[in-house]
Amino acid sequence: MQLETTGVSLTSVTLFAPMVGFFILLVLNKLSEERVKWGALITSLITLGLSILLLAQFKSDTTGLQSEHVAKWIPTFGIYYHVAVDGISIWLVMLTTFIMPLAILISFNMVHERIRLYYMFMLLIEFAMLGVFVAQDMFMFYVFWELTLVPMYFLIGIWGGEERRYAAVKFFLYTMAGSILMLLAIVWLGNKAGTFDVKVITQMVQDGTLTFSRDTERLLFVGFFLAFAIKVPLWPLHSWLPDAHVQAPTAGSIILAGILLKLGTYGLIRFNLGFFPNAAADFAPWIAALAVIGIIYGAWVAYAQTDVKKLVAYTSVSHLGFVVLGIFSLTSSGIQGAVLQMVNHGISTGGLFALVGILYDRRHTKAINAFGGIWKVMPVFSGIALVVSLSSMGLPSLNGFVGEFTILLGSASSEVLSIWFTAIATLGVILAAVYTLFMFNKVFMGPLDKKENQELEDLTWGKNWTELGALVPLLIMIFVIGLYPRPFFELMDGSVGHLVNFVHTVAVAGK
Amino acid sequence: MFSTPTFDELNVWAALPMIALALGTCILLVADLFIPKDKKAYTAALAGVGLGVSLIIALIQASGVEIGDKPTAFQGMFVADQFTYVVNIIALMAAIIGIMVSYDYLERTGTERGEFYTLILFSTIGAMLMGSSRNLVMIFVALELLSIPLYILSGFRRPMLESEESAMKYFLLGAFSSGFLVYGIALIYGATGSFDLANVWQSAVDILNGDAPGQFTLLVGISMVLIALSFKVGAVPFHMWQPDVYQGAPTPVTAFMSVTAKTGGFAAMLRVLVTGLAVVSASQGKAIDVWQDAVQVIAVLTLILGNFVAITQTDLKRMLAYSSIAHGGYILIAIAAGGTPGVGNSAAQAALVYLMAYTFTNIGAFAVVIALERSEKNTITLNDTKGLAQHSPLLAAAMTIFMLSLTGVPLTAGFIGKFFVFKAALEANLEVLAVIGVLVSVVSAYYYLRIIVNMYMIEGDAHPVADKQPTALRSALWLTAMGTLILGILPYIMTDLARDVTLAIVGR
Repeated sequence: MQLETTGVSLTSVTLFAPMVGFFILLVLNKLSEERVKWGALITSLITLGLSILLLAQFKSDTTGLQSEHVAKWIPTFGIYYHVAVDGISIWLVMLTTFIMPLAILISFNMVHERIRLYYMFMLLIEFAMLGVFVAQDMFMFYVFWELTLVPMYFLIGIWGGEERRYAAVKFFLYTMAGSILMLLAIVWLGNKAGTFDVKVITQMVQDGTLTFSRDTERLLFVGFFLAFAIKVPLWPLHSWLPDAHVQAPTAGSIILAGILLKLGTYGLIRFNLGFFPNAAADFAPWIAALAVIGIIYGAWVAYAQTDVKKLVAYTSVSHLGFVVLGIFSLTSSGIQGAVLQMVNHGISTGGLFALVGILYDRRHTKAINAFGGIWKVMPVFSGIALVVSLSSMGLPSLNGFVGEFTILLGSASSEVLSIWFTAIATLGVILAAVYTLFMFNKVFMGPLDKKENQELEDLTWGKNWTELGALVPLLIMIFVIGLYPRPFFELMDGSVGHLVNFVHTVAVAGK
Repeated sequence: MFSTPTFDELNVWAALPMIALALGTCILLVADLFIPKDKKAYTAALAGVGLGVSLIIALIQASGVEIGDKPTAFQGMFVADQFTYVVNIIALMAAIIGIMVSYDYLERTGTERGEFYTLILFSTIGAMLMGSSRNLVMIFVALELLSIPLYILSGFRRPMLESEESAMKYFLLGAFSSGFLVYGIALIYGATGSFDLANVWQSAVDILNGDAPGQFTLLVGISMVLIALSFKVGAVPFHMWQPDVYQGAPTPVTAFMSVTAKTGGFAAMLRVLVTGLAVVSASQGKAIDVWQDAVQVIAVLTLILGNFVAITQTDLKRMLAYSSIAHGGYILIAIAAGGTPGVGNSAAQAALVYLMAYTFTNIGAFAVVIALERSEKNTITLNDTKGLAQHSPLLAAAMTIFMLSLTGVPLTAGFIGKFFVFKAALEANLEVLAVIGVLVSVVSAYYYLRIIVNMYMIEGDAHPVADKQPTALRSALWLTAMGTLILGILPYIMTDLARDVTLAIVGR
């Protein structure tokens, strides 16, 4: 099948912007360290600027793709370079371009070895992640999907903690094992449809020109699902996550938790719901059950941790469980809440990892027992930590609440899920409050009885301004989304509504 | 009884790349006698010129310019179609890069003898002829032309024991497998009364359907040919020689033969099996199961054994030897896929794309080994790669590209090869084979990643190697690394070249 090629669009420009910086750093190998850092930061800020332009010209009244760019890649096999954004992917693009400059900024004073290589990998991973979110061709999607592994593997393996080599290899192998089966599903689907284009295939599925037998659809669904479930990670496929998160350098953890995990949930929406609505409806209760187990399990295990970074890592399992629950409620509000919660989790967990990183940088330990009474020496730091923690646990008026509430609303009104899922998930909200406050209490409250903690330096705009510089934008977004979430929902309303309508008419209504 | 055919009847133009190279090789053989011992660089350069001329002719042919008016030559024994052209290009590229990585090595190890290049060129001609033979006897002659120089080359580092042992092992087992091939050909001839592939398979249809006698003879004959070719490409269970030979042979020879022997072997396999299939499925679709199942079994064994045994290796060359066995397994997937009617073209295409990607990547990986051996060590273990990124970042970057390509990570040529192999397998409804293929590639990631871990994530205590390599070796590293990336990013260069490799040579 032939596609019409189009001119270059803003999506394409945004996608390739990080690569410009990458090649500059690659070629100019004599740059001073300062220039390398600033070069990377400026590149990511330019990318952010371009994505803001993209957002500004986004039309909320259409449901389809916008700012498309189609070019030939391997046309004889129906493989195109096809990028575009819709109401769902635009937010994930924004999340990526928003988090990346902060991750780069916070690395300024934390990374001292092999600087040029480090920032090259940062820009490469930004490129790869943006590519996953904007790709509208399955082949291309897979290329970017796998490409995210390489820079993250190096980031963990070179600049990570004690066990970094083990964590890096485990991360690579675990994720590759899942995605390689997706490759087969993609190839099979491409052979059958005669095209790899997501838009065309979605169209063919919707108007009934591409149909599968029940078993085939289920097999294909599983092929895609495994790859995404490992990335999310859904319980019980989460075991790579604590290792990777804990061993990764601070910026690596921010990127992992903030953006990389969303590749999985994004894929679930785009492919599992978009291509296989029947199987999605069939499997919804089972997947929701795993999600709910993950919510409780993540919270429970987080509570038991003695290492702050590990605690934050396990909260991701719990929070992403909410997102998956929202997606497989197959309701409009569930999915909208899920998309918003992806952004929220990126901001608040990214923030938490940044805070842990700053603390570790000063104190060289992550053990909860080593702290206590930190508020007395680091009031600014502790204040920010309080807001971010409350956002993560879902306090009303902060961003986390909006997402979780909308998800629970969706799952409660779902036609495929029983009300018990919502009930148990709500328990997860309470548990979140327990482990968050427990952690906050142990670290920041109480007497300042440890000698090593008495000299800790607070955040200032002085020499270490980059730390505050990275945290303040996160704080602003926590309040913006918490107090005024309407524009976020408005922009995704069309795309999500279209998807949910389709899934409903095909699958849910017929059950 | 026989009249001498005219030049036009022979249609030698179709075989021009081989003829040009053969002439060049003979000239080189003589010219080398007059080149003084300390100026062997000229021999290398001359060999390069011969290969270059042949490559240019091959590229012109591949680009669609008709040379001669019919695709067959030498009264049907030779065929020049798109498939031939692509095999020619792969074999010639492998030889050119092979010579680039050899020169410095020979100089350094004091084995700088002019015959080296002549032998490489002869072997290359053999590989090219393997892809263009339409006659069983031709295939045998081509196989010998490919193999005999390789036996000698393996022992080129005499009096080093490992090298001699490698040559001896290779020769004995190679001679044994040649015996299989000849015996198989004889049996096939006995059953069908012809050496010509098209005729053989035409008769095979009748025989396999029970309309003519000789079913048992034919089946034994086909199996023996399959065994002999499996030996050549190092497929399990006929792989035993490969690790020892690869480890013992001079490293540039290993680099060269890991690609060229496979190219020749697989080209012949595709010719014999998939061509035959075109005939059989044209007449009656049933008989093809004869070899598809067999190839599937061999493919699975090769993939599993190659990848799992590679994990336990500590010697880098030996690990690459097992990895190269495993990569043969992927190409066998494509060949098995060719057994399903209608998939022949995709399968041949996938195999060729894979071979092309493999050529750049594998020779590149061995080129890195050659560079590491410059630290005056004869065996390079995995430990010797530790900390490589610190003292020679470019070399480490190149090795990373090769390892990622061998793993099959996107934006490298290796991924494109795997993609097309799996595509062919799924088109042929060989889902199980495809699933096994992808799962073992995760296993392979483990031992390829280990090298990257060593290079980047462990402080080095190994002999430092200068990043600055001799010009020829450095150019080869650049060429292979860039080739691996460019073919991965712009795969249409290979896929378009291998687009219409239809093996329908029948009835011409």
